[in-house]
Amino acid sequence: MGETPPTAWIMKLALIGKKIGMTQVYDGESRLVPVTVIEAGPCPVTQVKTSERDGYNALQIGYSTRKEKNLSSGEKGHLKKSKQSSLGFLKEVRLQELPEQKEGDILDVSLFADDAKVDIIGVTKGRGFQGVVKRFKTKGGPASHGSMFHRRIGSIGQCQYPGHVNKNQKMPGHMGGVRRTVQNLKVIKVDTEKNLILVRGCIPGANGDLVMVRSAKKTRNGKS
Amino acid sequence: MNAIIKEISDSQVKPEVAPFKVGDGVRVHTRVREGEKERIQLFSGIVISRKGSGIHETFTVRRISYGEGVEKVFPVHSPNVVKVEIDRESVTLRARMYYLRDRIGKSANKVKEKRLVERGAKI
Repeated sequence: MGETPPTAWIMKLALIGKKIGMTQVYDGESRLVPVTVIEAGPCPVTQVKTSERDGYNALQIGYSTRKEKNLSSGEKGHLKKSKQSSLGFLKEVRLQELPEQKEGDILDVSLFADDAKVDIIGVTKGRGFQGVVKRFKTKGGPASHGSMFHRRIGSIGQCQYPGHVNKNQKMPGHMGGVRRTVQNLKVIKVDTEKNLILVRGCIPGANGDLVMVRSAKKTRNGKS
Repeated sequence: MNAIIKEISDSQVKPEVAPFKVGDGVRVHTRVREGEKERIQLFSGIVISRKGSGIHETFTVRRISYGEGVEKVFPVHSPNVVKVEIDRESVTLRARMYYLRDRIGKSANKVKEKRLVERGAKI
């Protein structure tokens, strides 16, 4: 087993952010790259959870602001402990080792370097009740020649044996609106002044949706 | 468009672009990398379309090369498109000159030149 790099725990830190939208950018080699712009952080640490006290290591971080009158008194008391003003969203980031950060520390996009790999966690766009062709990309039948079988699901199983419909049979239903993680997206550019991260490719959710930006979990040799 | 997106896109856009339009005969200078070496490659022909806006804007150049029609699409704001020279200006009635694709022989390169039109020739 190789030695774990000293920055391993930093790699798994995450930020809360907002999807701004997509555009294109020229990279260092004059190639036009599709990017998603994410406004991430600054995220103050509101609570540090340790394995001794809480059973696991984690950082609770906040993002954005909310009007004070919209906070419950419970939330107010919780934020008072870390001396934070009214934060819009709180999320927990699980960590393997005990985090170096303390309550009140602020995490920002300088966590991520250019060319690093990140995972983006978000909620996909809701698509409502959809059929199997759109939802599971099944083929569907011929459009014409009297086939009478266009976008239906077809057979859902056999007869008396097994005598029931198999589990996970693909059927129409609600599509989208679920948490999804896109792994190993390349960071094209980091703007620490404006708290922006430009990530190659697309990410789940609509513009303006909340996303988590995490250092990639499954990178080779812990390298980004 | 979102203000942040606009700012990022606009920062990539070239401050000055040659004012060529559809129908013009142009010479496009592109930077080509071959291994370690870099050189300038020329592609000349007629601009048959120019579409998109901002960072996404592209133009298509068509020419007849050894009897075969060749088209190339260039991003207007690419750093690899070093220079666009305008050989001859023209006057067109179309925004896209796709009809040139169906033409063979001499007429394939025929666009109304501006200097002739100004002298009173019919479009």
